[in-house]
Amino acid sequence: MNEKNKRFELNKNLAQMLKGGVIMDVTTPEQAKIAEEAGACAVMALERIPADIRAAGGVSRMSDPKMIKGIQQAVSIPVMAKCRIGHIAEAQILQAIEIDYIDESEVLSPADDKYHIDKTAFDVPFVCGARDLGEALRRIAEGASMIRTKGEPGTGDVVQAVRHMRLMMSEIRKVVSMREDELYEEAKLLQVPYDLVVYVHENGRLPVVNFAAGGVATPADAALMMQLGAEGVFVGSGIFKSGNPAKRARAIVQAVTNYDNPKILAELSEDLGEAMVGINEQEIALLMAERGK
Amino acid sequence: MKIGVLALQGAFVEHEAALAALGAETVEIRRLSHFTDGLDGLVLPGGESTVQGKLLRESGLFQPVKEAISGGMPVFATCAGLILLAERLSNDDAVWLGLLDVTVRRNAYGRQLGSFRAELKVGGIEKFPAVFIRAPYVEQAGRETEILARAEEKIVAVRQKNMLATAFHPELTDDLRLHRFFLEQIGGAK
Repeated sequence: MNEKNKRFELNKNLAQMLKGGVIMDVTTPEQAKIAEEAGACAVMALERIPADIRAAGGVSRMSDPKMIKGIQQAVSIPVMAKCRIGHIAEAQILQAIEIDYIDESEVLSPADDKYHIDKTAFDVPFVCGARDLGEALRRIAEGASMIRTKGEPGTGDVVQAVRHMRLMMSEIRKVVSMREDELYEEAKLLQVPYDLVVYVHENGRLPVVNFAAGGVATPADAALMMQLGAEGVFVGSGIFKSGNPAKRARAIVQAVTNYDNPKILAELSEDLGEAMVGINEQEIALLMAERGK
Repeated sequence: MKIGVLALQGAFVEHEAALAALGAETVEIRRLSHFTDGLDGLVLPGGESTVQGKLLRESGLFQPVKEAISGGMPVFATCAGLILLAERLSNDDAVWLGLLDVTVRRNAYGRQLGSFRAELKVGGIEKFPAVFIRAPYVEQAGRETEILARAEEKIVAVRQKNMLATAFHPELTDDLRLHRFFLEQIGGAK
């Protein structure tokens, strides 16, 4: 195995360790500690959570490295941070401060409306959003070692995450059921490398870990995404925009482990205080999921 | 042979696949009702030790698992599992099960950029492909603890009575020799 492939394997492996876990958006070292204490398997450090980015409008960029470092010092779990789609220099900066995972994210304003970052040129791992199988495999071809649904961040509305996860899973099932001589045409239709389609055909899954993200606000939302095939969940605005963040965070962590047990989910859903208010998909002007395809 | 795999968080599916490939039956342990009689061994998988430790406590599994292991149930712990088993952590106030006489340093190789792969001699096994992901190592092993492997001087695999623990992840490669070693130990103990 050459050095580049070795790195890619190690980076895929870190995502495997995050499975069955909850990755939480945090904006301060205090929030990071609350998240770790509640059982987050990693935190996403950012200056504003997606709901506030949406409310504030304007151009949204990578967070201040000093703020990210403060969070790195506050917790022992992996720390992730977002860079803009196609912003090679922001990604280089995040690698320079030894971030554990970079999220090349549609939540920030895209820096490039055509090209994503060549993630194979980096040593640190990348997670990218995808709405369907083609998008997921294109990101993996570019070097992403973890995939998440795009959902519609900052809305508290889970409908898009559900739509993307269902679509991706049904496309995977379709590829699995194909004859081998049909895979060439499928690679053409999906606009992805042939060998990745073969991998999906043979293994019935993406070659990397696949999380749910966008709009997850309750333990039931998290359990829903796990039942639909997610291997873990990102919770953005849903925790620190709610009435009792620590309690809600703990409940969502337990819901991911016990997603198949309605009785436990019922107990976990009790008395969590106010959930984030949320906005319905139809009420929003800016569809972040449409950024970068 | 029936092996319980702690399935609270982390890479438990990978362990199940390795054990199944060797002909063992596996049971996912997510809550107390899954931790039944008739298990021949237990696997503590990789993942985040802070998450797994908290979920062990909150699920009510903590005490039964601790008692089973101190009662002699064979256990194979990897990475986060090693941290859960350790009696002492040098850079963390937490102690979880506290059954293995070692002092462990968490995230001993730093952040993800420090993750690496090495070929190691592990006990009688030559050239084992060892994958270290934000891994711990053992700073100090007790007198009763047998050292099975070192990576550049650091202790990365140990055995003490019924407990086998590695700082690396045998479940992440196709090499099944350490899982086979674990199952053989159980067979031999019977």
